Amino acid sequence: MEQAAAGTISAPAAPSPADGARGGGLLHVALVGNPNTGKSTLFNALTGMRQRVGNYSGVTVERVEGRYRDDAGPVTVIDLPGTYSLSASSPDEEIALAVLTGRAEGLPRPDVVVVVADAANLERNLFLASQVLELGLPTVVALNQVDAAQAAGIHVDPVELTLELGAPVVATVATRGEGLDVLRRAVRQAPSLPLAERQFSLPGEAARVLRPVEERLAAAGFHPSAAGMEALRLLAVTHIGRHLAHVDGLGDAVAAARAEVEAAGLEPRSLEAESRYGWIGDVVERTVRRSGTGARTFTDRVDAVLLHRVAGPLVFLALMALVFQSIFTWSEPLIGWVEGLFGALGAAVAGALPQGDLNSLVVDGVIAGVGSVLVFLPQITILFLFLGILEDTGYMARAAFIMDRFMRSVGLHGRSFIPLLSGYACAVPGVMSTRTIESPKDRLATIMVLPLMSCSARIPIYALLIGTFIPSVVVGGIFNLQGITLLAMYLLGTLTALGVAAIFKKTLLRGRARPMIMELPPYRLPRPRGLALSVSHRASLFLKKAGTIILALSILLWALATYPKTDPAPGMTDEQAQEAQLAGSALGRLGHVVEPAVAPLGYDWKIGVGILSSFAAREVFVSTMGTIYGVGAEADEGSATLREKLRAETHRGSGALVYTPLVAVGLMVFYVFAMMCMSTLAVVVRETGGGWTGVRWAAFQFGYMLALAYGSALLVYQGGRLLGWG
Amino acid sequence: MRTLAQLAPGERGRVVRMDGDADAVRRLNDLGLIRGTTVEVIRVAPLGDPLEVRLRGFMLTLRRAEAEHIELE
Repeated sequence: MEQAAAGTISAPAAPSPADGARGGGLLHVALVGNPNTGKSTLFNALTGMRQRVGNYSGVTVERVEGRYRDDAGPVTVIDLPGTYSLSASSPDEEIALAVLTGRAEGLPRPDVVVVVADAANLERNLFLASQVLELGLPTVVALNQVDAAQAAGIHVDPVELTLELGAPVVATVATRGEGLDVLRRAVRQAPSLPLAERQFSLPGEAARVLRPVEERLAAAGFHPSAAGMEALRLLAVTHIGRHLAHVDGLGDAVAAARAEVEAAGLEPRSLEAESRYGWIGDVVERTVRRSGTGARTFTDRVDAVLLHRVAGPLVFLALMALVFQSIFTWSEPLIGWVEGLFGALGAAVAGALPQGDLNSLVVDGVIAGVGSVLVFLPQITILFLFLGILEDTGYMARAAFIMDRFMRSVGLHGRSFIPLLSGYACAVPGVMSTRTIESPKDRLATIMVLPLMSCSARIPIYALLIGTFIPSVVVGGIFNLQGITLLAMYLLGTLTALGVAAIFKKTLLRGRARPMIMELPPYRLPRPRGLALSVSHRASLFLKKAGTIILALSILLWALATYPKTDPAPGMTDEQAQEAQLAGSALGRLGHVVEPAVAPLGYDWKIGVGILSSFAAREVFVSTMGTIYGVGAEADEGSATLREKLRAETHRGSGALVYTPLVAVGLMVFYVFAMMCMSTLAVVVRETGGGWTGVRWAAFQFGYMLALAYGSALLVYQGGRLLGWG
Repeated sequence: MRTLAQLAPGERGRVVRMDGDADAVRRLNDLGLIRGTTVEVIRVAPLGDPLEVRLRGFMLTLRRAEAEHIELE
């Protein structure tokens, strides 16, 4: 019945009287809690594998929903993003508050809220819990991780706490499934219990001056209790939040109340925190018994090493090297397997269908296109597996702690480091992993520069060009010039990424330095089931959204390379026919069209075609070169024939060699900078807000990177010629 | 008056005043760092910033820029 209220901005937020009377039927439950409380584990335990992951409309906050069934009927559960308060100052918090007040688009106001509270950290967890209790919704508190709390000598009395809060408290151990049945029963019964109310009173003056704000909110349909909670919260925040944007004159009323609170000698910004924590202190006094000896905990001992001045950064670097190395080495056989599978599938279909355009469309367009998407899956899976382990164990926050100072020197946040590092493997999962960065501007800046990190798809290009044109000579006694060239390409990308980020943060994405206020949670063992679920969520998100765009573009590129047709001249070999076909196709003609533009870089039309076709993915450059030079599309960077043909290629007319080492270096520099990867573009569109906003960011990124690529390649080639190296 | 940024690892103090960036103060308030809270500096990050502090039984990191605005007694 609450379904009708979904998405309507002016729907009354107060639950209808029927709510309390309802005994069974469909129940909508929202799960809310601090980060690191085991909330997601509890969600997984409640709902099992029946989950759906999507996005809230208009923002890149993950929306996780699941369902279960109890004796009285089905229950849907939405797992809200982890949050410390309902201050609505980050996108995550804003969503949590919008859902709880029934103002999230496409979602009904929940019938019951479950606040997950960490028993070992009751004080801080009760802050959010007490805010939620005032929202005028039936609420159940799941006191989670009671086992870990007891081990630390913290004993919470759930019965006492129930009396203090005015809402049922259920002790749970989500990791072992303990207390779930009791929790499910409490959820079903919650709507028939009286609603909790604020359990503490404000200083006399404050209560009076907040009344006009509360009245405005109540007039706009807010439950009286929720209006009280919002009014108190609004005193402390800098913007009122999107879910209140429709309330008339609210900003002025809040400003007036703030001035009056100040005039009464109180501090308006900390009034809520001081009142709530004052009350919480008393509650904890009455409900928590401590038997701890104050001994150093396991986490203290581990952090003494992992955050040590010298050992800390070394362990961090070693861990990153391990992660990075694994992404390369473990994904290699899997990528080979995916490529082999699609190659075999293509060959089988090619044999089964009659020769012709349909055959070619299915084999070279659809199957090859889908294959080029799936080939990213191994890297995405492995990276998110590692990121999940780092996040679950609590090390991710430590990594940000160690790297924050360094990242701040380029205007970014400690949390930006790991996504950037992931970019060395593949920008696609890297961009997807920027969701842990709280500040939208930092996140955008990180996404904008991430594809400058040399990803693994550039390796075939580097390998082909270095192997063909850079002499394998020893310099400085021990270094090989080929190796140095490769290292130089990686350094060039990395330093440029950091520099460009600094520029963006000073110009386009300028903003106040965001504070780095973050909990360092106790170390925990990762939960395999939760890990598996979150990795498969990421993979399916990528496949669903990016997959469709990439497939469409693959078919477009196929069409450009296939039409118009060129009939092979008599006596041509298959490879010559392929070469002639490509030269005469729209793509080949486009190569001729762009030739004047790439000529200043020292390129001919064939390289132009290679660059155009590599828009699909960088490594396609190598196979296109294989087709153009008639050694077959199966050419790879190690192909000796391709290398010889490239070395021998001359310009029409002048007869000068096309590929000098200078051209090769310029071409590599071009690929260091150019954003030739439609998968990354598709993911950037999605992660920068989707729709036209996302398209604009992706287009801007493609444009600036292309300009950087072109300018640098021009500088290398023309500058090198001036110096007489060409 | 000492600020949180001036404490050495192992030292503690009680908050008497907080100002600076309103957003940062509110966030710290939400986490339970308010007037009257006792805070202990645990360690400093390897590059000198941010700090790790303990309050209300949990660990929190914040930068010197924020810690400088938290006065202690």
